[in-house]
Amino acid sequence: MVRALAITPEGGKEIRLAEPEPKSTPEQEPEPKSPRLREVPPPRRGAEFRLDPKLLVRIHDLMVKSRVVEERLIKMYKQNDGYFWLGGPGEEAFQIPLGLQIDKGEGLDHDFLHLHYRSSGILLTLGADPMDMVRQMKNTATDPFSRGRNFSGHASKRSWNVVPITSTIETQYATAIGTGIAQRRHGGRSITIVTGGEAGTAEGDFASCLVWASRPAQELPMLIIVTNNEWGISTPASTQHGEAHVADRGKPFRMRTKFANGNDVEESWFAIQEAMEYVRTERKPFLLEVHVSRMYGHSSASGANLVPGEEDPLAIFEARLESAGVMNRADMTRRRDQYAAELLDMHRKVRSEPMPDPSTIYDHTYAGQKGRYW
Amino acid sequence: MATMAQAIRMALHYGEENLGVTDIFGEDVGPPLGGVFTATQGLKNAWNSPLDERGIIGAAIGLGMAGNRCVAEVQFADYIFNTIDLLKLAGNQCWASAGDWNLPMTVMTPVGSGIRGAIYHSHSFDAMMTHIPGWKIVMPSNPLDAYGLMISCLKDPNPTMYLKPKALLRVRGGERIPGEPELTPEGEKQLKEMIDAPLGDRSKWKPRWPEGLTDYVVPLGQAKIVNPGEQLTVVSYGRTLPLCRQAAEKLAPEGLSVEVIDLRTLWPYDWKTISTSIRKTGRVLFVNEDTEVTNFGEHLIRRTIDEHFYDLQARPRLLAGAFTPGVGLADPLEMASVPQLGHILSAIRDVIEEQA
Repeated sequence: MVRALAITPEGGKEIRLAEPEPKSTPEQEPEPKSPRLREVPPPRRGAEFRLDPKLLVRIHDLMVKSRVVEERLIKMYKQNDGYFWLGGPGEEAFQIPLGLQIDKGEGLDHDFLHLHYRSSGILLTLGADPMDMVRQMKNTATDPFSRGRNFSGHASKRSWNVVPITSTIETQYATAIGTGIAQRRHGGRSITIVTGGEAGTAEGDFASCLVWASRPAQELPMLIIVTNNEWGISTPASTQHGEAHVADRGKPFRMRTKFANGNDVEESWFAIQEAMEYVRTERKPFLLEVHVSRMYGHSSASGANLVPGEEDPLAIFEARLESAGVMNRADMTRRRDQYAAELLDMHRKVRSEPMPDPSTIYDHTYAGQKGRYW
Repeated sequence: MATMAQAIRMALHYGEENLGVTDIFGEDVGPPLGGVFTATQGLKNAWNSPLDERGIIGAAIGLGMAGNRCVAEVQFADYIFNTIDLLKLAGNQCWASAGDWNLPMTVMTPVGSGIRGAIYHSHSFDAMMTHIPGWKIVMPSNPLDAYGLMISCLKDPNPTMYLKPKALLRVRGGERIPGEPELTPEGEKQLKEMIDAPLGDRSKWKPRWPEGLTDYVVPLGQAKIVNPGEQLTVVSYGRTLPLCRQAAEKLAPEGLSVEVIDLRTLWPYDWKTISTSIRKTGRVLFVNEDTEVTNFGEHLIRRTIDEHFYDLQARPRLLAGAFTPGVGLADPLEMASVPQLGHILSAIRDVIEEQA
């Protein structure tokens, strides 16, 4: 059965999407086994790491976890256990190093996070329970982020300063200004971190962010991040953006900027470290643009199928880890299989969790309010 | 006898000193100007922002997220329209996060006609704003209410929209704000000397705030009957409210008894007061100056019909602004575009005279 004609990343040309996986339920699904690894270029000779091996193993673990969570959410969508999927598979090599360097907590003594909807890797690194992501995908009443009100990938967690993620692609660049102002006044080392894709930087809010963050003598402690996957849904960035790098747009504002390969774990780590240290100590903004991949396309609206030829940062990292003798293939496979089994189990369990009660539709329109109020 | 602008300024000062207001900001809000209508002169936490409405609303949201208490101003409501999705975002943060986040923030913006502001300084915003859930929305019609509504907004843990009827900002009130000098010409002069910035160089000027300002509040969601009556209910707010009251007083000698309700809070509104009055009079006229199509008054008429159809002795009516792209500059154009006293008098007569 042909699924539909849909938008594709192939230069705007319409093609028929691949046949969907046969419909099944998680109960019928066999226990997962690791897929065949995609071919990646052989690692460079004597691939060496600057990061501690224990940290590398931890990063790998979180990258695998993040990838497996996203792949489970995609399966849920394809098995009719969710209406819509969008997420961040392909951004793990950047998101996990970022998550590990965030100062997590509530209030002005900790970092404020204005994230976009491809941020599962960051959230899992901060300690989010994958089951909660499964719940949001299934839009159950137990979804702690929105109680069944919002899409997958739209987390919210006040105790970690994770402000509600929205489907708009740019408003986070505007709201981040406010926490930046509060943190400038508060002092200390906490900062505001805002992330978004390169397509969203065409919106005026990105320009607002640059202007407000760099007001003379009133600079804001903001790490402004652009994850550039080179696509705005089906539109190639190269057809819409004349600038060589989005990061260059910070330069007229006397802003420190950097472009880095976000598909390389170590390059990400050190770029984030450099940027964060500058913002934490100088209390001034830093615009960091990173190249990332989009492994499964924009969202379920474009099929949520593996995109041929897309660079896989996890496969690249695993090849390097293996080549450098940090991990062996068997360990990596075991880890992936373990997470896949756990996520399948979560998928099975969430199907029996309650859906939201229709009587709650008015709840929380205002703080502390329940039921119809007018 | 403070003006509405002075009343707002005093409430904001009270908020800075007692309610944790950390930021009062927007275009020309800080010194030297202190707001194009002077409502933020002399405030210690007032500052000028870039000329960027989206940045202003975004900053206000972020400040609220950080637990700071701010008042953001958009210089004229005509320029707030490019922030609609941010206003929507602010209104849905608590709901979308199932109560995890709330946003204590206030946005204020001058609205409506009355200063010959032409196409881009005369827009109303009540119809548009009441379409955005999650906000509490107020519009005062006199200085005392302006003070009390602002204090309520500053105490509320939700986004609050404070619509300032620009035609009334320099109008003096008849009721004393607790703490302001006596309601005499001397008291008026004294207040002006204390808190109005002088013309010319203001670099060394500092206000002397009245002692004894209080947290006098007008509770959100509470309307006020400003003129009791028996034959017709008139519901209004902002610029048209004093005109409705004037009309009621003018018609009283003719034996026409008109009850005028000042809604004060547009959302969530005081239906109980409206409903009780309609049940008593059996006739109702809603008056505001926003454009008449999908006007907030139309919602009130719908609810009137839903709940009071069999109580009514005449068709419920709406008197509102003409559905035109703007308010024209020339005096005859503005006067014909938004309700004036003559229009209100005619509408009242029409509804009262309609055969039951």
